[in-house]
Amino acid sequence: MSDTGLRVVWVYPDLLSTYGDQGNALVVERRAQQRGLAVQRTDVRSDQQVPTSADIYLIGGGEDRPQRLAAERLQRDGGLQRAVDNGAIIFSVCAGYQILGREFVNDLGEPQQGLGLLDVVSRRGEAERCVGDVLGDIDPELGLPQLTGFENHQGITQVGPGARPLAQVRLGNGNGTGDGTEGAWNDTVFGTYMHGPVLARNPQIADMLIKLALDVNALPPVNDQWYEALRTERIASAVQPA
Amino acid sequence: MAGNQEPLSPRAKLAVTAGRAAAAVSRAAGRGSGSVIGGKVALRLNPDLLAEVAHHLDVILVSATNGKTTTTRLIAEALRANGGVVSNALGANMPAGITSALAGGSEAQYGVIEVDEKYLATVARDVTPKAIALLNLSRDQLDRAAETRMLAERWREGLSGSKAVVIANADDPLVVWAASSSPNVVWVAAGQEWKDDAWSCPACGGVMQRPGDDWFCAECGFRRPTPSWALSGDEVLDPHGSAWPIKLQLPGRANKANATTSAAVAAAFGVPPQVALERMHAVTAVAGRYDVVTYQGREVRLLLAKNPAGWLETFSLIDAPPAPVILSVNARGADGTDTSWLWDVDYSKLAGHPICVIGDRKLDLAVRLEVAGVDFQVCENADEAVRACPPGRIEAIANYTAFQDLRRVVGN
Repeated sequence: MSDTGLRVVWVYPDLLSTYGDQGNALVVERRAQQRGLAVQRTDVRSDQQVPTSADIYLIGGGEDRPQRLAAERLQRDGGLQRAVDNGAIIFSVCAGYQILGREFVNDLGEPQQGLGLLDVVSRRGEAERCVGDVLGDIDPELGLPQLTGFENHQGITQVGPGARPLAQVRLGNGNGTGDGTEGAWNDTVFGTYMHGPVLARNPQIADMLIKLALDVNALPPVNDQWYEALRTERIASAVQPA
Repeated sequence: MAGNQEPLSPRAKLAVTAGRAAAAVSRAAGRGSGSVIGGKVALRLNPDLLAEVAHHLDVILVSATNGKTTTTRLIAEALRANGGVVSNALGANMPAGITSALAGGSEAQYGVIEVDEKYLATVARDVTPKAIALLNLSRDQLDRAAETRMLAERWREGLSGSKAVVIANADDPLVVWAASSSPNVVWVAAGQEWKDDAWSCPACGGVMQRPGDDWFCAECGFRRPTPSWALSGDEVLDPHGSAWPIKLQLPGRANKANATTSAAVAAAFGVPPQVALERMHAVTAVAGRYDVVTYQGREVRLLLAKNPAGWLETFSLIDAPPAPVILSVNARGADGTDTSWLWDVDYSKLAGHPICVIGDRKLDLAVRLEVAGVDFQVCENADEAVRACPPGRIEAIANYTAFQDLRRVVGN
């Protein structure tokens, strides 16, 4: 990691970027640049090697079969695991979140081994698909404002003892097991079901990732006028289907 | 001379009459054109009505993520060289609306019908089409639609029993996958600007190789077929290698591609490309799109873009900077209620244009443009936005319901 730079990797956009999650990479890039950081962003396709020494790795959501393929290829590649060992920060959404866990259920209906980087287990939910606005209170240890986002998933995820839920849900399903939790995190790996994209709706989470990557406690402020206006509107109008 | 013109069965006639009455009531109540509600009533009375009203027609189905309405219109114009055409020109493209449109076509020879991507297989089974045009597939309304590749798979399964000639875009791997189950395919090189839904081979999941205009899967060999028709610059190349100039009054590359596909469809019914393209030249606006209106003393061009692929094509046809731009985005049911797709659109391409944003989701747009590093102004409504625009013809780009809202305000 360089002093004035930030290396961001977007993992397998050819398989996992169906729900606008490229926006997470764009937000991290932009907010880092606004702080005077030189950002080097690499989009790693699933037939390329995952670099092992970048600072922030982003993995998005996608369709079921590409999810299985992504998990298989990441497993074979090993780069993401080595990056975690090197202290990298991982932020994952939806299908990406599931495959970072210990196990998930794939498009063939079979349990499949995940990358084991976050202590969660996912399976297919029996109830209706979880689609709609979500509001949540993020784990106080992270010191972040209310979580606002949009969920769209059939899968549900159980958080194990080696991870903490990212948020307690006030509106919506989140992890979907009925325990009222959303997402999961440990020191360096984060997962969420939120789209939006989540970092566009929760820019302080992006700032947190940048701070963790740079190992600093604070970043210079930026003009969040439009993010704040959007958050206020989205929080006020959040609904879930009847 | 029109084909089989048996009268509708009494039950079918009753259904058509009841449908028309319902449609009239719906129009009178100010709810749209009434074509969908009429069809819904009619289908409830006679579920086989769609097959019945289509029975005497040579049916051409058109489906895609983008370009259905325009291509349907272009094909309809071309085929009018041969005989009467009935079409769902107003864009009601699910079974009820289609039934309603075809019910008015008892005197017609051809039915040219746009079909929503999710309903293609069903409608194809019901109307036994002579031809099916498949233009493109990409992500759209992911909170409502099935996954994109699954749509291609459903097309593929649904078309495998059809005797129709399939006219399909050779440059779109998902379309090629869908058409590959049909024995009778005419491949058209219509081009593909938006590639981000086809980096994963639809056949095996391998990573797609895309050198230049070609594409192939290194793992399973699934590859671009050799086209017999092609869009080449401003010309259509036909199977004999002859080049025919496209002189469309509709702007942009995508419409030239639509014209190329339409020429290939028309040729399947004996309309030569030169005749077909001449007839297409007469089309100036389609369902309000590309209309240039005068509003508050300003010229405003109305452009519809519903999904990332559509936005990409629209950016390439607007006037160069500093042409003022109005962007309007809603996320009502018909638009898809998740605005994440905004982040798959490269708004940095609008750098240098003065931009005003309006619509239900103007704040989502504001954050998007902020992150894209592009200057913009947030306005309350179309009036304010038009007043705020610096001189020049205003390019107004809106998604589905936002486009309808805009037309109602500024249109004639």
